[in-house]
Amino acid sequence: MEKKKNIQKKSISYAKWGYIFIAPFFIIYAIFTLYPQLLTVYNSFFEYYRDGLTVIGPRFVGFENYKTLFNLNSAGYVPIFKFLGNTIWLWVIGALPQFVIAMMLALFFTSTRLNIKGQQFFKTVIYMPNLIMASAFSMLFFALFSQVGPINQLLISSGMASQPINFLGMQVTVQSLIGLMNFLMWFGNTTILLMAGIQGIDESLFESARLDGSTSTQVFFNITMPLLMPIFIYVFITSMIGGIQMFDVPQVLTNGYGIPDNTSTTMIMYLNNFLGISKNYGMAGAVSVLLFIITAILSSFVFKSINSNNK
Amino acid sequence: MKDINKSAQIKLTISRIVVYAILIFLSFLCLFFFYLMFINSTRSHAQLQGGFTLIPSNNFFTNLKNAWNDSDINIPVGMKNSFVVALLSGLLTTYFSALTAYGTYVYNFKLKKFAHLFILAIMMIPSQVSAVGFIQLAFKYGLTNKLWVLIVPSIAAPAVYFYMRQYLEATLPLEMVEAARIDGANEFKIFNQVVLPIMKPAIAVQMIFSFVGSWNNYFMPSLLLNKPNVKTVPVMIATLRSADYSKFDMGKVYMLMLMAILPVMVIYVILSKSIIKGVTSGSVKG
Repeated sequence: MEKKKNIQKKSISYAKWGYIFIAPFFIIYAIFTLYPQLLTVYNSFFEYYRDGLTVIGPRFVGFENYKTLFNLNSAGYVPIFKFLGNTIWLWVIGALPQFVIAMMLALFFTSTRLNIKGQQFFKTVIYMPNLIMASAFSMLFFALFSQVGPINQLLISSGMASQPINFLGMQVTVQSLIGLMNFLMWFGNTTILLMAGIQGIDESLFESARLDGSTSTQVFFNITMPLLMPIFIYVFITSMIGGIQMFDVPQVLTNGYGIPDNTSTTMIMYLNNFLGISKNYGMAGAVSVLLFIITAILSSFVFKSINSNNK
Repeated sequence: MKDINKSAQIKLTISRIVVYAILIFLSFLCLFFFYLMFINSTRSHAQLQGGFTLIPSNNFFTNLKNAWNDSDINIPVGMKNSFVVALLSGLLTTYFSALTAYGTYVYNFKLKKFAHLFILAIMMIPSQVSAVGFIQLAFKYGLTNKLWVLIVPSIAAPAVYFYMRQYLEATLPLEMVEAARIDGANEFKIFNQVVLPIMKPAIAVQMIFSFVGSWNNYFMPSLLLNKPNVKTVPVMIATLRSADYSKFDMGKVYMLMLMAILPVMVIYVILSKSIIKGVTSGSVKG
């Protein structure tokens, strides 16, 4: 205690260095993130887009863009709920198997009874898809599952299908493929995080439970799961935030159209459409503000879980 | 007693077999697609249209040549652009995150707590949220097709800051800074010569993640870069893919995809151990 006080007293005279050291971060943040963010919010209240070569606006329209987003008064716009719903659904079908399998693998790897060999190899391999360019991965799937692609040829030549299946034209298959890709890209990462969580649990707890004659199911629900909760929540919410940002995979797989009938258009793909040729800063701004509100709510949960972990 | 032991042994063996089967299946799934990508990069467009095989063909160098000579893209330039952006982003993000983390950890100043909490609060906001304003400003000030616009913002990386801060708390004793001061070193020198070496493992891990992240990044570059001489690899893949029908060559696309993935794979194979360790060490304090 004495020592700590001493250091604090001494470091007071160094206060200016604290400001100097953190200044670059905050200056760059202000210029390249905060200012654009505020501009985005500002834009969301204006009619401001390009029609061919003419620029329409900027003209103050209040909450018109938001109304359009929610389809309160506008024809021709798909209500934002659809894209939000798509995003959540596409996240769920990838994340659900991801969490179940990752939990399973984490338990396998940490089980002293099973004593799995070659863990380093398996971990290396299952984490690998996470590092791969999502757009390239998605393009590979696009080629594999196209009408003339190898999967269809395999199905036809083996007699399992009489004509090519339009994998990339049907809602069920497109969504499943997106889910599968997200699963493949993220289950290794989740496994490693959960594993570290399980390894952090005091071994003696498992020991004494075993001596008490608890079954492994009981151990899982009464010891592992409750103690793993903080990490599980962290992994879960960061996955959700990643899910909200889903873009590359569905964008490349559906050529940016979210086929069929916008059933695989995510929030960011929708945002991206406004940023393309039309440069519809007004509508794009409104979508961004909505995204911001959603992630802010989710972040507050992460924030809480981090803080409670630090205590 | 012996029987119970025996049946338990059999049970264990069976569950082991099942577990290994699952692990091998999942590993196969993860590796299969890369293998396929490699195989497809050795096959010509006609062969690719003609069916599916697991045996490499002999068109690797033809594809390489075709992709290399494609007039819409310039592979060496694309690779160089991606490399420059990824490397410089990585260097800036790790150095300045470490600097910021050191600033809020070692020094006492009025806004210390506020600065720390502020960065944690903005950590989860996706970069896409500022994209609209960013793009607008880029067009307004003529900053499109400039690579530094993709690099400089990486100085402010809240998640990397968080990792560095966690690492500092765990590894840097404040007495060490004191001792260096007594030796007469100035503050910058202390950071660069005493603290940075201690942070090497954390910097290496974040450098890799940052490099891979910006190497693979598609969203911002696709919106900002449209001149051939500044395009990065992911943008080039998109260009090749949207080529019109007469020029479209799937062999070329696979070749470019392979080239896009290869550098990351090489880094990963060499450093997989520390990468996997790095996944966990900064995320949550266990």
